[in-house]
Amino acid sequence: MSGSPYFYGQPEFLAKKTETMAAKTHRVLPGFGLALGYTLVYLSLLILLPLGGMILKASELGFGQIMDIALGERSLAAFRVTFGASFLAAAVNAVFGLIVAWILVRYPFPGKRFVDALVDLPFALPTAVAGITLATLYAGNGWLGQYLEPLGIKVAYTPLGIVVALTFITLPFVVRTLQPVIEDIETEVEEAAASLGASRWQTFVKVIFPAIFPALLTGFALAFARAVGEYGSVIFIAGNLPLISEITPLLIISKLEQYDVLGATALAVVMLGLSFILLLSVNLLQWWAANRHRNSEPLEVAAAKASGVTA
Amino acid sequence: MSHFRKSIASVLLSLVASAALADASLLNTSYDVARDVYKDYNPMFQKYWKAKSGESIELKQSHGGSTKQVRAVADGLEADVVTMNQANDIEFLAEKGLVAKDWAKKFPNNASPYTSAMVFIVRKGNPKAIKDWADIAAPGVQMIIPHPKNTGNGRNTYLSAWAWALKQPGGNDAKAQEFLGKLLKNAPLFAAGGRDATTTFMQRKMGDVLITFESEAEMIAKEFGKGDFEVIYPSLTMQTEFPVAVVEKVVDKKGTRKQAQAYLEYLWSKEGQENAAQNYLRPRDAELLKKYAANFPPVKTFTVDEVFGSASKAFAAHFKDGGSFDQIYVAK
Repeated sequence: MSGSPYFYGQPEFLAKKTETMAAKTHRVLPGFGLALGYTLVYLSLLILLPLGGMILKASELGFGQIMDIALGERSLAAFRVTFGASFLAAAVNAVFGLIVAWILVRYPFPGKRFVDALVDLPFALPTAVAGITLATLYAGNGWLGQYLEPLGIKVAYTPLGIVVALTFITLPFVVRTLQPVIEDIETEVEEAAASLGASRWQTFVKVIFPAIFPALLTGFALAFARAVGEYGSVIFIAGNLPLISEITPLLIISKLEQYDVLGATALAVVMLGLSFILLLSVNLLQWWAANRHRNSEPLEVAAAKASGVTA
Repeated sequence: MSHFRKSIASVLLSLVASAALADASLLNTSYDVARDVYKDYNPMFQKYWKAKSGESIELKQSHGGSTKQVRAVADGLEADVVTMNQANDIEFLAEKGLVAKDWAKKFPNNASPYTSAMVFIVRKGNPKAIKDWADIAAPGVQMIIPHPKNTGNGRNTYLSAWAWALKQPGGNDAKAQEFLGKLLKNAPLFAAGGRDATTTFMQRKMGDVLITFESEAEMIAKEFGKGDFEVIYPSLTMQTEFPVAVVEKVVDKKGTRKQAQAYLEYLWSKEGQENAAQNYLRPRDAELLKKYAANFPPVKTFTVDEVFGSASKAFAAHFKDGGSFDQIYVAK
């Protein structure tokens, strides 16, 4: 904590609390030792134990065999579809989720609370229901599909359908991570930038964007990670054709249908490894962005710079 | 909070009470769409068993994808009996030692109390003139089926087409695989499951032909009305079996062997057979088959054992990784 009021990707109330806590050096939770012990036990039980079991199971196969499974033509195609569609979905949400978050924080409008609640719906809806609904909407005779298909755009039962389903499922991640951060940027900062002569574009690029970029990356990473593992909604809209629209989780299910638990575990471990590498690089990028911003001047100074006035 | 606790207590109480009221309790682990069959069958058996032995019996049902269900039983779900839609699933339990090795001989008719057949559902008036498997492989025809590798329904379709191709003049495995390649090219998608395929065909109006169980055709009629489609019986199709077995390990532990055995045997009784017929499953009982002949037109069928040796052999040759299905998509 550098004392800067800008914390990234944290809910607002947490950010405020840590701020006051730092000021009083008073801790609400019991001592460090107990809290750390609890954290370790909790994480071990919840995450490390199942993951460890999985990796142990997969290690019954040699590295060569795991690679054989992972590098099969169908597996490779499925990895491409899964990671490609997840990346696209997360990217789409990074752009449009940002707009939604911005509108929800910055502008009062009638029905705002309702819209705000809508954002959480993809969290609450059983994913299979989402998949079936989307497939019905985008099928050739669906409400949307009937207009898209004459234009030559097929959504249901194509890889594009996978992207649509994943975009739907992962929307809340980006919006909910961005909202508290945008709330923390006071409008005065924008006004200051404007009064110092910065254009709207300059204010956005040089003042606002650097402040929200780390949170945007967090939202992107969360959305991406969620999308990679998604099964329920995708299988109903994907079409599931080998080499074209099969996702990796479907191949895992297919292995389980053959009672091939080992093969399924091997695929899962490879998928986990790939996801881990991707998430780690996003985290590094975020760390770098946050650091760069933190080491630099407060927003007011950035605003001044943006407008070309030296402080 | 106290409200919550109260409701938990009442649930626990009612569980204890129902267990205390019944003299014995059986868990039937079953495939997904068997719900309707056993919903009607269970009260019939309870009445029969009460009259015969004086015992009241509690019957619990668990439904889900066939393979998933079997895996749960292998992992320790205490099912007294399994009633499945694929022989290789019970075969798996036999390998694990949970079910007798000769389970198929423990009951009549290959331990399958009723059967069905794979049929074609086409649009009203059959605009693409689909009469047999060859017509579906023709260019410009679209076929809707569930994933052949991941669903029993899809596998039955695949094997039906394979067996038909084998029986054509000069037919052999290579030619059958070539035919399946042509057939699968006409699948614009593989549905997630049997019901999903039905929705895709009937509601989203995709494809020219849906291939599914004969019993499913009646479900479609109930759901979407009879006016929209026709049922076509191909020249040769698979007789699908629904094998049942007692889970030896569980009944020995729970002491429910007698009840479990009776529960499955009763499926072959007049009442049990009639219940199957009313659910549009072909009864084994010849008289009842005649009585319900309007629902079950004659069709030339084969069994998996006849053409492929056994369900497990068919699975290994065609649906395991690297099997004929994979070879069609991945030339290696």
